[in-house]
Amino acid sequence: MRRFGLAGWTVLGLAGLYFIVPLLMTVSFSLWQGHGNYGFDAYRSLLARPNLLPSLIVSIELGLATCAAIVLLLAPAMIFMHLYAPKLRPVFEFIAALPFVVPAIALVAGLSVLFTGPDWLIGTPFYLTIPYFFLALPYAYRAIDVGIRAIDLTTLTEAGQSLGASLGQIIRMVVLPSLRPALIGSMLLSFAVVMGEFTFANVLLFHTFAVLINEVGQNAPTEAAALSTLSFLITWGAMLGVLMVGRGNAQLGGAR
Amino acid sequence: MSQAATTPLRRDGVVHKRPASQGVAGLILPYSVIGLFIALAALFMAAPTVMLAVQSVTDDHGFTLKYLEALGGDNIVVAFRNSIVLSIASAAIGVVAGGLIAYFVISPAMPITLRSAVTSFSAVAANFAGVPLAFAFVSTLGTLGMLTQGLRSLGVDIYGLGFSLFSMTGLTIVYAYFQIPLMVIIITPALLALRTEWRESSENLGATSGQYWRMIGLPVLLPSLISAFILLFGSAFSAYATAYALTSGNIALLTTEIANVLSGDVSSSPQTGAALAVGMIVVMVGVLVISAAFSRRASRWHK
Repeated sequence: MRRFGLAGWTVLGLAGLYFIVPLLMTVSFSLWQGHGNYGFDAYRSLLARPNLLPSLIVSIELGLATCAAIVLLLAPAMIFMHLYAPKLRPVFEFIAALPFVVPAIALVAGLSVLFTGPDWLIGTPFYLTIPYFFLALPYAYRAIDVGIRAIDLTTLTEAGQSLGASLGQIIRMVVLPSLRPALIGSMLLSFAVVMGEFTFANVLLFHTFAVLINEVGQNAPTEAAALSTLSFLITWGAMLGVLMVGRGNAQLGGAR
Repeated sequence: MSQAATTPLRRDGVVHKRPASQGVAGLILPYSVIGLFIALAALFMAAPTVMLAVQSVTDDHGFTLKYLEALGGDNIVVAFRNSIVLSIASAAIGVVAGGLIAYFVISPAMPITLRSAVTSFSAVAANFAGVPLAFAFVSTLGTLGMLTQGLRSLGVDIYGLGFSLFSMTGLTIVYAYFQIPLMVIIITPALLALRTEWRESSENLGATSGQYWRMIGLPVLLPSLISAFILLFGSAFSAYATAYALTSGNIALLTTEIANVLSGDVSSSPQTGAALAVGMIVVMVGVLVISAAFSRRASRWHK
């Protein structure tokens, strides 16, 4: 029998305070207009900022592009590796561990030394899709790998083939539906991570949502509080989705 | 079509030959997708890392160790020390607080709704980091923050008492916001693996709760705790956005130093930045290797 007495409630109560207070304070700070007045001034002046919408859109586009890269490149590569080249598994595992070992700030240092052109690549914000893909890689890889192991891909593929299905049909009708929870989970997580990512965007001088929050925060802290609230809601929505498709398993992203 | 049914299989179940209807052409797509993934990783992950390593040991005249030796310089030692102190402090808080929270949350006496609320909140908070987190704390404990103002109206001026959000203490408090939930998520499986039979047996043999933890619980958990501590260390050590948004690089950390070199804010050469980055990568490789070793030890107890 475990006892759950005063000590337990004290620890959880203190933790609750530590985690809830900053969120409440952020919301109320975003409504603060100085001298005891509260209202929506910060939100109004945010909406008047010409660069709010463009940076939000760039981040959303990058989030979607990263999700697309996971579904269209990572998932097929892992499925094919599993079916045709299982000997390459250690190579894949090594690649998936690399982004953890090479912190974002180190990778961006290496990237900016190595790639000074061509302009069609490094000149557009979509260049960020490449580092963001690798930022999401360790977590997406883990989720998809668990998904593939759970369904016995080889047997399913053989069964499909003996029924005369083409490879495309098997992937479309058997493999992808089985991997759907893993894929949706990794996409939501990656989307949340990309929406808050700052390091690559700031060093490579692209104006994304997190860069905007930082810029706004330098002279308009209440507006930054409003944006932080929005950012928390985005993370919260994405994680709620992850928990719903992942049957309660929490997942961890990478942009600190 | 009937050929597909007779496709020879190897013993291990790997498809030996593709159906004739697909032929060699059917293999081009799979291998090119695999190839594309590996090529991208080589070009955009491996090559930049190798480039950093090469750059940190070369100057105009070829091979040199002067940049790596320069890592012993005063301001870089300060950055290394700050990074390590901050990472250890926030990881220690994370391990203790997160471990206690997880322990109480998985207790059978815990209402199930509260348990799932803590789990889902941990998932959100562990991923709510970087710039938005920094400004959430500026709104709370900054010089104009709501909590700071509230305390001031009660007659407690925390900035007058020497507290600052933009200091090492402040950074540690902010980092704890993602470290604690990280710990909750990492350690919960290990706590759930502690079998109730062990607890019951020890109680039947007359052991107190303290004895159980000292002689059974903690020794079994220790590898998991060490592995978790090292992972949290790594997560704080490689964090950049949170610290930058809070301090604008005024507190020297390894990550902010590298960024300063990259943006040309300081007079250091690019090679110094590369050497710093190589230093970070070496530390992170150590983090990964040690934590994997301890988590392998911990898995002995997982059935």
